Amino acid sequence: MSTEIDTLEQLVNRDYQWGFVTDIEADSVAPGLNEDVIRLISAKKDEPEFMLEWRLKAYRHWVSLEKAQAEPKWANVHYPPIDYQSIVYYSAPKTKENPKSLDEVDPELLRTYEKLGIPLQERAILSGVAVDAVFDSVSVATTFREKLGDLGIIFCSFSEAVREHPELVQKYLGSVVPYTDNFFASLNAAVFTDGSFVYVPKGVRCPMELSTYFRINARNTGQFERTLIIADDDSHVSYLEGCTAPMRDENQLHAAVVELIAHDNATIKYSTVQNWYPGDKEGKGGIYNFVTKRGKCLGNNSKISWTQVETGSAITWKYPSCILQGDNSIGEFYSVALTNNYQQADTGTKMIHLGKNTRSTIISKGISAGHGQNTYRGMVKITKNAAGARNYSQCDSLLLGDKCGAHTFPYLEVKNSTAQVEHEATTSKIGEDQIFYFRQRGLSSEDAISMIVNGFCKQVFRELPMEFAVEAQKLLGVSLEGSVG
Amino acid sequence: MTAAKEMPTHFLSSFARLEHQLGQGGDAWFHRVRKEAIGRFAELGFPTTRLEEWKFTNVDPIARMPFHSAEFRADGLPTERLAELPLAHAAFEQRCSRIVFVNGHYNPQLSSRDLPDNLIASSLASAIERNTPSVKQHLARHASVQHQAFVALNTAFLQDGAFIEIPSGVTLDAPIYLLFVSTADEPIASHPRSLIIAGDNSQATIVEDYLSVGTGVYLTNAVTEIVAGENSVVEHYKLQDENEEAFHVATVQVHQARSSIFTHHSISFGGALVRNDVNVALDGEGAQCTLNGLYVTTHKQHVDNHTVIDHIKPHGTSRELYKGILDDRSSAVFNGSIIVRKDAQKTDARQSNKNLLLSENATIDSKPQLEINADDVKCSHGTSIGHLDEDSVYYLRSRGIGAKEARSVLTYGFANDVLNRMKLDAVRVRLECALLARMSGGHTQLEGL
Repeated sequence: MSTEIDTLEQLVNRDYQWGFVTDIEADSVAPGLNEDVIRLISAKKDEPEFMLEWRLKAYRHWVSLEKAQAEPKWANVHYPPIDYQSIVYYSAPKTKENPKSLDEVDPELLRTYEKLGIPLQERAILSGVAVDAVFDSVSVATTFREKLGDLGIIFCSFSEAVREHPELVQKYLGSVVPYTDNFFASLNAAVFTDGSFVYVPKGVRCPMELSTYFRINARNTGQFERTLIIADDDSHVSYLEGCTAPMRDENQLHAAVVELIAHDNATIKYSTVQNWYPGDKEGKGGIYNFVTKRGKCLGNNSKISWTQVETGSAITWKYPSCILQGDNSIGEFYSVALTNNYQQADTGTKMIHLGKNTRSTIISKGISAGHGQNTYRGMVKITKNAAGARNYSQCDSLLLGDKCGAHTFPYLEVKNSTAQVEHEATTSKIGEDQIFYFRQRGLSSEDAISMIVNGFCKQVFRELPMEFAVEAQKLLGVSLEGSVG
Repeated sequence: MTAAKEMPTHFLSSFARLEHQLGQGGDAWFHRVRKEAIGRFAELGFPTTRLEEWKFTNVDPIARMPFHSAEFRADGLPTERLAELPLAHAAFEQRCSRIVFVNGHYNPQLSSRDLPDNLIASSLASAIERNTPSVKQHLARHASVQHQAFVALNTAFLQDGAFIEIPSGVTLDAPIYLLFVSTADEPIASHPRSLIIAGDNSQATIVEDYLSVGTGVYLTNAVTEIVAGENSVVEHYKLQDENEEAFHVATVQVHQARSSIFTHHSISFGGALVRNDVNVALDGEGAQCTLNGLYVTTHKQHVDNHTVIDHIKPHGTSRELYKGILDDRSSAVFNGSIIVRKDAQKTDARQSNKNLLLSENATIDSKPQLEINADDVKCSHGTSIGHLDEDSVYYLRSRGIGAKEARSVLTYGFANDVLNRMKLDAVRVRLECALLARMSGGHTQLEGL
């Protein structure tokens, strides 16, 4: 037993690899939040009038929420109150306005992404993944745009979409996550600075993985990005998201919103590997990851699939959800959440069944180590008209160490008798007999644990696109165990 | 909260009347407990749906209703009404010790005269009057008035109920049967309070049965505290089949010592709005706890079952199975939480909730919870919600069984899983009959045992 714990501790104490800071001149606004800051952000982005109006409405709503002290408190996480006036709401690396090609992008930025393992040179990319790189508040580069443009796919930064496709933005923005949705969604709607925008036209199957890489660099900034993905009839798109941040002693806020819209027969697959700086071993610093992600299966036979691997962040508060509105639509949620040291995660999903014969699957794997607290919180709601709805949920927790916690809070609300809803949850630790079995066959404790943990997560990892699955396994290895794969 | 805080005024004024009636006599300790409880209740007010624990159950109808206090009509049940209450199940009656309460007050005429010598069983009122030391030691020490408004309300109006003490080492052969009858002629609020103390190495079976005479609105707000000593074996039944206008709120608070075995069966058939709280603290190594529940609802009934199993010490085992059958426009809530404290290593906890929806309009909200703070544990929970399997119906029909009968048989089979876990034949048979009667359409009241 003691060897197992020792091995775990050794492995757990590895350092965060992506904690460096890029030394780049930034164009930031002063900390604080008021209507002027919002006007400034909107002006900097050269936005049409409707966007500013929308932001201001969201801001006023947020102010009323803050006055009413409506910041959500129900989650099973603990943190000191956030001072929203000390956050810098806009910070962008000083570069040329709208670089036309990668050659015009600051080489320092390119080196940063190189270092993170995200080459932005198209020829350097082996696996055919189109990347939108977001650095603090702005998108610095988007690759493969022309190739995608030939198929009619729009893949660009959100700011660009607002300027070039205002009709699409106006139609869909806030249609899944309205600015009144919750405290952090309101804040995001008021101050969001950039993000990715994807539109896949009718009948097109996107030939490559689209991805966004988020990087927080500047000090005291909050990152508020917004992603909007629209899959028109009969289309298919797979989207990846990755994120890292430097190591700092103070906490930084990341409050993003993601909206997905799937029309008839469309499929959206959204994968996240979240590796924000989790704080040090004493729980100092790290990112507060308060994110609202929601997809709407608007059309019949549409499908939205969320896959997430959550290894970073000091606190994660995130519930990627599906509104299953179209008949026969499908929602899926696959999650691995790891909390180590003093990390806290309160994550899960909501599956709201509105249409007939809608189906949803939830597979959630939580791993807690050190003093980590891991909570699954999920809701399955079958409304009155959702005849023939089907849900299967499985939530497993693995406890590594005696100071961590694993909690499960599922809500099942069923208002239709033809529904079939199942939920199962288990909590356990790695058994001594399991380790013994591996040791007996000549494997070290370290390998044994890593194999068991990987096996535990396999159901989720196999949902990830190939390139990401490798990265996720590596991440889990670094965050937890070591020689994986 | 603000809206509800104004509500409990009539309870506060009837508390003042009760105070006046009781005068300054009696034990100062007991008086202080009640005073504190009413103070806490005034602060808490009736729970609102904004509280997580009451999210799916709206107690507004209780808060709005101007209930009379039962203490003003302690005369009890007029003899001519007894016919409505067929108490006699001959076989059972002969072998059990029966204590009967009418509107929350002890009724000596209906209760058995001869109780076994090795048992201390009386009304709680007389136990308080006699200054029984174990009452002082345990009463209101387990069910907390701090967060549970209805427990606070019950404690404030605490007057009578059952007091049972099984001395150490005693094994009771026959069950103890506690019958709580309410006369539903006028809107009465009764607050029966029971204290059950099982000494070390003792064994007992206790049945609590809640019934009503007549139809009409009233409130039963019961609290039972059970203290299970070391190595004791306690089997506790709580049967509820009141009329469909009745409000029923009940809390069962259990404290388990080392290696004790506690089994609880909760059956809810009646009532307009029913809320059952079962809180078990496994506060001793190797304690075992089993909770079984069955709720069968129809029309516009609402039944809410909340259970908390708190594993405080290592090597505890808990098993929980709750099943529900919902028909017509009825709704039910299941909220089961399992807590494993930091030191409660080697805990083995399993929980299962299964629901059968028979009608398009029935609603179920199920919320199982695991809160685990120890690593060497085995915990699981499962929930399922579904309807009758058409293949099974077809199978039965293909063998010449009518559609209606086939559905009845399958529904009965679903429920019988819970009833089969009951050791007391008399109770089980009675419930099976009641269930069959319900399945076949007519709602026959679960008669006294």
